[in-house]
Amino acid sequence: MEVDAGCPILHVDMDAFYASVEVRRRPELRGKPVVVGGAGPRGVVSSASYEARRFGIRSAMPGMQARAKCPHAIFLPVDMREYISASRQVMGVFRDVTPLVEPLSVDEAFLDVSGAMRLFGSPAKIAADIRARMADELRLTCSIGVAPNKFLAKLGSTRAKPDGMIVIPVDKTLEFLHPLPVSALWGVGERTQETLRRLGLTTVADVANASVSMLRSALGQALASHLHELSWARDSRRVTTHRVEKSIGSETTFDVDQSDPAVLRRTLLSLSQQVAKRAREGAVAGRTIAVKVRFADFRTISRSRTLPSPTDVAQEVYRVAWELFEPAQAGQRIRLAGVRLEGLVASEGSSHQLALDEPAHGWRDAEVAADAVAARFGKGAVGPASLVRIRRG
Amino acid sequence: MKFRVERDALADAVAWTAKSLPSRPSVPVLAGAMLRVIDGRLHVSGFDYEVSNQVDVDVQADADGAALVSGRLLAEITKALPAKKPVEIAAVGSHLELVCGSARFTLPTMPVEDYPTLPELPASAGTVEAAVFAAAVAQVAMAAGRDETLPMMTGVRVELTGDTLALLATDRYRLAVREISWSPNDPDINTNALVPARTLADTAKTLGPLGGEVTIALGGSGSAGEGMIGFVGGTRRTTSRLLDGQSYPPVRSLFAPTYSSEARVGVAALTEVVKRVSLVAEKATPVRLSFSEDGLVVEAGGTEEARASEAMEATFTGETMTVAFNPQYLIEGLGALNAPTAVFSFNDPFKPAVITPAGDDGAVIAGFRYLIMPIRVGR
Repeated sequence: MEVDAGCPILHVDMDAFYASVEVRRRPELRGKPVVVGGAGPRGVVSSASYEARRFGIRSAMPGMQARAKCPHAIFLPVDMREYISASRQVMGVFRDVTPLVEPLSVDEAFLDVSGAMRLFGSPAKIAADIRARMADELRLTCSIGVAPNKFLAKLGSTRAKPDGMIVIPVDKTLEFLHPLPVSALWGVGERTQETLRRLGLTTVADVANASVSMLRSALGQALASHLHELSWARDSRRVTTHRVEKSIGSETTFDVDQSDPAVLRRTLLSLSQQVAKRAREGAVAGRTIAVKVRFADFRTISRSRTLPSPTDVAQEVYRVAWELFEPAQAGQRIRLAGVRLEGLVASEGSSHQLALDEPAHGWRDAEVAADAVAARFGKGAVGPASLVRIRRG
Repeated sequence: MKFRVERDALADAVAWTAKSLPSRPSVPVLAGAMLRVIDGRLHVSGFDYEVSNQVDVDVQADADGAALVSGRLLAEITKALPAKKPVEIAAVGSHLELVCGSARFTLPTMPVEDYPTLPELPASAGTVEAAVFAAAVAQVAMAAGRDETLPMMTGVRVELTGDTLALLATDRYRLAVREISWSPNDPDINTNALVPARTLADTAKTLGPLGGEVTIALGGSGSAGEGMIGFVGGTRRTTSRLLDGQSYPPVRSLFAPTYSSEARVGVAALTEVVKRVSLVAEKATPVRLSFSEDGLVVEAGGTEEARASEAMEATFTGETMTVAFNPQYLIEGLGALNAPTAVFSFNDPFKPAVITPAGDDGAVIAGFRYLIMPIRVGR
């Protein structure tokens, strides 16, 4: 039996994607520490080349800190347009192999190659071919995990980084999985890790051999059974080509901490506009509106309210968001504000509970009209007056 | 403190006080029920800084004094005591001794001096018949919002204007207004207060069956009880902190001066039909009411999901119209009418509809109006 028999799932993760794309178009940067992002007083690193990582620079690190660690690194601004176009090439390579591609972000995807083996060979061969095409045609490197399911495939690609691949054979899965720390389990964040540590569970094997009733009382029914399944390498999630979004959110970090109500109002309105516009574009509406508030001391809270019927109207999102935000903020200085629309349903044929203080033809008509104007004359052609930037002469 | 009390009277008093005690109090003493004997009467009270409840019970007192014990535990014990036996209670050191027949309990007490002073009852503003008041509150309280993030909507607005007492509640999607008459101390009174709906509903439910009159005590601005309302009926009194109702919306203006269409439907029949048809309506989806000269058709469900429809009798004047409502709002409104017939008044399927109660003969009974915002379907 081949080692990759029963391993039809691939997780492909591009290596230092943004930085690699920058190096690809500017070959003189090859072999140098390259950092993408981190500009501005509060910017964080989006991507760092492996040369830069050697100096301790990591994604999501504040730009200031990155500069301190490696002053001679080349810092580049984020050029999302370029990365998205590169992402299309990458996804194109995947789709040449199988239509069952589930992108997780611009630079990683799950592939189910069950149906592609007759044409292209075993999963390991397909993975090797993908890596070769990436290198030859796109001049990018990637890491691939080949495994029986998504969970293991993703662990595999992480293990293979950078520029490598790993096959996790069916009969070796537990041997691979059980020595790993509990944080390797999908769904285990810092808090759960701490809960498990207090129970004396530090490795995946510990969780696998723990009694389910103990896990349940510590973590709750859902998480307990989820982690127990994963700890025995059981993951029945399929590779799906389109993900149904569960929520739409937008947030912003202020350059300097803010407490001015006028600025905060405008920010929430702008975030609400972005969220509602994306909902309308995706033909969805949501019943629950949530706001996130991060204070100057990094304390973070969220508040939410569920409406009687779903909405995709910016003014309605904004009204509720502000009603939630204002008492939560309570005059304090704010570092970050976020607005999120949850409980999404298809807006086609959906209904809207009118409120007593709402006109029959209201903001939604205005916003749909604004969408049409923007589609014709470009973004920013029409919008709320309070968001207009005043030109100073 | 030492006294002897009738078992049922004690159990009632403690149960009522304990019901409103916070389950997770900010300070432990607030989970306590205060037993205080003064001049041969027992006062049982509970307080959570928002709401205070106090009830007086006749006892045979041997010694005055006070004791603070866990309200919940005392309520459970008194409920389970053998019937028809007197209860003897005595504070002994840091414990409360309770003896009833052959049952004996010893409860730890909390320090009485740590307990906050109960707010003083504001000055009386007037009285209202208890049963009438209780029925009126029950008609409006369900329309108040439950969302704590919108505090103003969780209140019932009490308007005192001359000899009219009006109660208004809305959660932004429906509005209930009830007007009753009362006896003000000042015939020119013109004031209002926003009372937490849950407290008001609980209080009215308690005071209604006691019969007699309820005294409404309202602290005027500058007085000791400012921002406070009190209700006294029989031996029970409740005080509650008021909500800030300064910017309560002018909801009465939502009632149109005239309506172009009007329907009369049997309340019991329509309630049943809506309940039946809305079984296929998923959460937050509407029931549609189509009114015409032939009667009323109630429908729910979409083209691809489960569907239901039912026709029923109704008298209708005006343009044929289909209006969609949240079935829950509709059922609660019909339930609040306390009348055999419902009169629906409309102007437009997207404008508020008004439901008023009417007698068997179709004549409108004044005093209650329920306004409900429609749902706009398939935008």
